[in-house]
Amino acid sequence: MTPAQLQVLAVAVVVAAACAVPGVFLVLRRMAMLSDAISHTVLLGIVLAFLVVADLRSPILIVGAALVGLLTVALVEAVNRTGLVREDTAIGLVFPALFSIAVILISSLAGNVHLDTHAVLLGEIAFAPFNRFTPFGVDLGPAALWVMGGILLLDALFAAVFYKELKLSAFDPALAAALGFSPALIHYGLMALVSVTAVGAFDAVGSILVVALMVGPPACAYLLTDRLPRMLMLSVGIGAASAVGGYWLARVLDANIAGAMAAVVGAAFGLTLAFAPQRGLLAAAQRRRRQRWTFARQLLLIHLATHEGSASEAAESRLDHMQRHMRWPAAFTARVVQTAADRNLVVQRDARLYLTDHGRAEARAAAVR
Amino acid sequence: MSARADGGPARAGADPAASRANADAAANGAGTGADPADPDGRGELLAVHATDVTLAYQQRPVLWDVDLEVPRGALMAIVGPNGAGKTTLLRTVLGLLRPAAGGVRIFGRPYAEQRRLVAYVPQRSSVDWDFPTTVLDVVTMGTYGGLGWVRRPGASERRRAQAALAQVGMQDYEARQISQLSGGQQQRVFLARALVQDAQVYLMDEPFQGVDATTERTIVELLRALRADGRTVVAVHHDLQTVREYFTHVTLLNVRRIADGPVAEAFTEANLRLTYGGRMAGIGAARAPDHAEPPA
Repeated sequence: MTPAQLQVLAVAVVVAAACAVPGVFLVLRRMAMLSDAISHTVLLGIVLAFLVVADLRSPILIVGAALVGLLTVALVEAVNRTGLVREDTAIGLVFPALFSIAVILISSLAGNVHLDTHAVLLGEIAFAPFNRFTPFGVDLGPAALWVMGGILLLDALFAAVFYKELKLSAFDPALAAALGFSPALIHYGLMALVSVTAVGAFDAVGSILVVALMVGPPACAYLLTDRLPRMLMLSVGIGAASAVGGYWLARVLDANIAGAMAAVVGAAFGLTLAFAPQRGLLAAAQRRRRQRWTFARQLLLIHLATHEGSASEAAESRLDHMQRHMRWPAAFTARVVQTAADRNLVVQRDARLYLTDHGRAEARAAAVR
Repeated sequence: MSARADGGPARAGADPAASRANADAAANGAGTGADPADPDGRGELLAVHATDVTLAYQQRPVLWDVDLEVPRGALMAIVGPNGAGKTTLLRTVLGLLRPAAGGVRIFGRPYAEQRRLVAYVPQRSSVDWDFPTTVLDVVTMGTYGGLGWVRRPGASERRRAQAALAQVGMQDYEARQISQLSGGQQQRVFLARALVQDAQVYLMDEPFQGVDATTERTIVELLRALRADGRTVVAVHHDLQTVREYFTHVTLLNVRRIADGPVAEAFTEANLRLTYGGRMAGIGAARAPDHAEPPA
């Protein structure tokens, strides 16, 4: 790898990690789609701030972006509060409105702004090494790495310092309010953080893919753990790994890096959904299958126990009768009987089943429950 | 104070609550002195005092000129049909909803100044039980108010949370993920979280809703222990059959306050009929020991 490639990879990893931190709280608060809105509307803040300071590298741009991010949240809430439209509709109304103003401004100023809509949508992470951070003429590496590193640090600090407040207001906002932790303050603090992170990430991966990095890794982590600290660490890890995987994929396919990163995030979620140890689809299906066998076995035992010692016992305990009675396919019946026999619950003699002592006890326990 | 069975004006005299509160205090033998609930020593004995609370969603009134007077040390049930505004009243007391008119005092002061004296047990269904956290962590949240911003809970908060869990019989579950709890266990976790707050006033929203017998017993014992300790409890309650057994005071609510006071006085068939519009007639009085059969 050339130094330039390494620098691109480093930026990608830092962007993914920075997005994952506020993303965890967005996912837990069920506000994932707000990140999509914010990652687009921050563009308006950048453009407006640029019109004031006329410098694309000014930190004022980040401030402007954060302010418009907060404005987005406030507008969504205001539209939602009218009670006439739902929140998802409100998001769908507010963010295109603000984003379109930004797009119109950019396209009409295209002559003198080095901001084109293509780069805004997809980012230009491959060019990150060309934009250097050179204080006092000393080259300290790609500017994007410094900006994103700073934002990652800010995210980590915010999550560490206000961890307790973020957790409480995500889990039980009413208690947070009753205890004096203003949910509005925490909410807007988090949203400011999302906005700032979106601006930084947006430079690298574009506004469309920011949402993939904010929502995807936390959604994976949510399926993999049931502890919040682990969820945070896993999200950062999965985000960073997806960045590395995406970079590799882009090189192999000679494709857009940001697109490849988002594709890897999507694939990671698909794999997690299928194979997560406890909440994954496979684990759930296996659990259901096991329950089905257990239930069938209990049914068998209870049926035998009910008729044990009665006049009809001889007829009721016959295998073919049981098969009709339970409406089980022959193969299924054979398998249920086999597993019951393996567990020493029944013994089979001349096409008839007899409960063992162990089986009798099991039947009693199952019936009581 | 007599229950307002005649459906007359909600507020009778200038401050009828004060005299009743004093009488109650004498009966309970409540002491004075360095008391967190009475910092001024003015003898403010209404733990919760809401006056003329009116609140509407859009145009529809949910609470209409409602007074809530909870004497210190009372176990008060708030009873009323669905949509009567019970939860809304509780949330207004907690400052979570701003009333269009009227106000709330906790031991004579606004809620914002008395936060530390109030613990809240919300309805179980109000939170996401799939949230990635443990039983002990949820209970520890009860200590956050005392910690204030930024400060993290430490070993002593952890010990207090464990003690509260033991109080509700859940000490063996502290490391459990909260989604693995039954409904009754969830309720006990919420109660433990309120206990950790070591409050003077406990506001509970349907603590008995859908719980098992063990949990119901635990809650009843807890209510008695809190009362014995001079704490005040206000609980939204649905089961009219148990009001007499579990509570000392009752407020009958249906958008307006229909009646309130000690259970023996206020929880009458006539008042219940006013509250429920005749639909539930007979339920409350059927088991009432102090209600003799009318002469045949």
